[in-house]
Amino acid sequence: MSLQTFVTQFADGFNQTDPATINPHTEFRKLEEWGSMMALITIAMVDSEYGKTLTAEDIKGVNTVEELYNLINSK
Amino acid sequence: MAVFTVPNIDIKGIAASVPKQVEDNEQFSLINEAERAMFIKTVGIRYRRVAEAGVTASDLCYAAADKLLNELNWNREEVKVLVFVTQTPDYIIPNTSSLLQEKLGLPKSCLVFDINLGCSGYVYGLSVVASLLQNMPNGKGLLLVGDVSTATISKHDKSTTPLFSDAGSATALQHEAGKQMHFNLQTDGKGYDDIIVPDGGFRNRVTEKSFEQVEYEKGISRSGLDMKLDGIKIFNFALREVAPNINGLLDDKGIDKSTVDYFVFHQANLLMLESVRKKLKVETEKVPYSLYDFGNTSSATIPLTIVTKLREQIQQQQLKLLLSGFGVGLSWGSAYIETDNIVCPQLIEI
Repeated sequence: MSLQTFVTQFADGFNQTDPATINPHTEFRKLEEWGSMMALITIAMVDSEYGKTLTAEDIKGVNTVEELYNLINSK
Repeated sequence: MAVFTVPNIDIKGIAASVPKQVEDNEQFSLINEAERAMFIKTVGIRYRRVAEAGVTASDLCYAAADKLLNELNWNREEVKVLVFVTQTPDYIIPNTSSLLQEKLGLPKSCLVFDINLGCSGYVYGLSVVASLLQNMPNGKGLLLVGDVSTATISKHDKSTTPLFSDAGSATALQHEAGKQMHFNLQTDGKGYDDIIVPDGGFRNRVTEKSFEQVEYEKGISRSGLDMKLDGIKIFNFALREVAPNINGLLDDKGIDKSTVDYFVFHQANLLMLESVRKKLKVETEKVPYSLYDFGNTSSATIPLTIVTKLREQIQQQQLKLLLSGFGVGLSWGSAYIETDNIVCPQLIEI
């Protein structure tokens, strides 16, 4: 997977946040819309698109979208 | 995997009941308007039924069972088995199934007991009643399954309150040569505390401290007597285990997935269930959902979904159904059953 594809897939999960404002350096947990629902949506997307499992600790352990991408790649 | 077949068993009827009182997640004040919209869209739950204080799971199951026995026109003296699956019994001691046996007017020749299971409870309960009846020619049995889960959750906990709802159900089974059910039942006790009410049992007895409300984060306050739910762990558990369990059952029994009429899932979370459905490569029209109107009613979700979404079909047609329950325990399982024009009264509201 490419980083850009992942950023697009990640941004697609948001309801109210403009996808154009999300880039690899976005600290996603600081986004107003980020919360438990967004965590579940991201987990479901990563499971279906990449066949990888993200835990709560995984998500808490990274700050940016690129760090999340790198974490998934390392699994 | 515990994959097995129970011969000589058939389902004759299914009924369900809910409390009249409705709560609307649009009015849930612990989260803001945008979060409410996101919750309803993602988790798929809008309305919940909430039992008044003093109304128990056994009351809801009694209403369903009484109606079902009347519509089946069964002689209650012929009921040999009653199993009550619940995590919200009337009392710690005695078993609630004894109270139900008396209230329903069942004979003293009837064997009864309770099973403590939640989300997987309907599938497990079917396997138990079916197994008991298979060697009782002319035997008739009742599986009563339900919970008042809203009594176990903190009203100040946004991670549980908008999910749970109350319901009871009754399923009538009968020994019948030539009919059978297939099961695949599993357990992973490592996750025992992913869904837990920590105090009030005998590991952590009730003390004054059990009543203290602790704020774990904004919008999540609860006491030791309230249910704690680790949503992400349960979500990952369902993504990991449910589809392989179902595929394992169908493969083992040589059942072509495309011949199944409906896949009736425990109604936990729309995003979770849609993920499972996609893994199974099952069409949307084969997966009924009742969770928008009734939320997560614990072990009762499968019969409640059948009664509210498949009532006409199950009364008038022969159906091949795959049932799947998963959650607290961690415990999960699937059942393959075939029904033939069964009795299915309208949803009861009490």
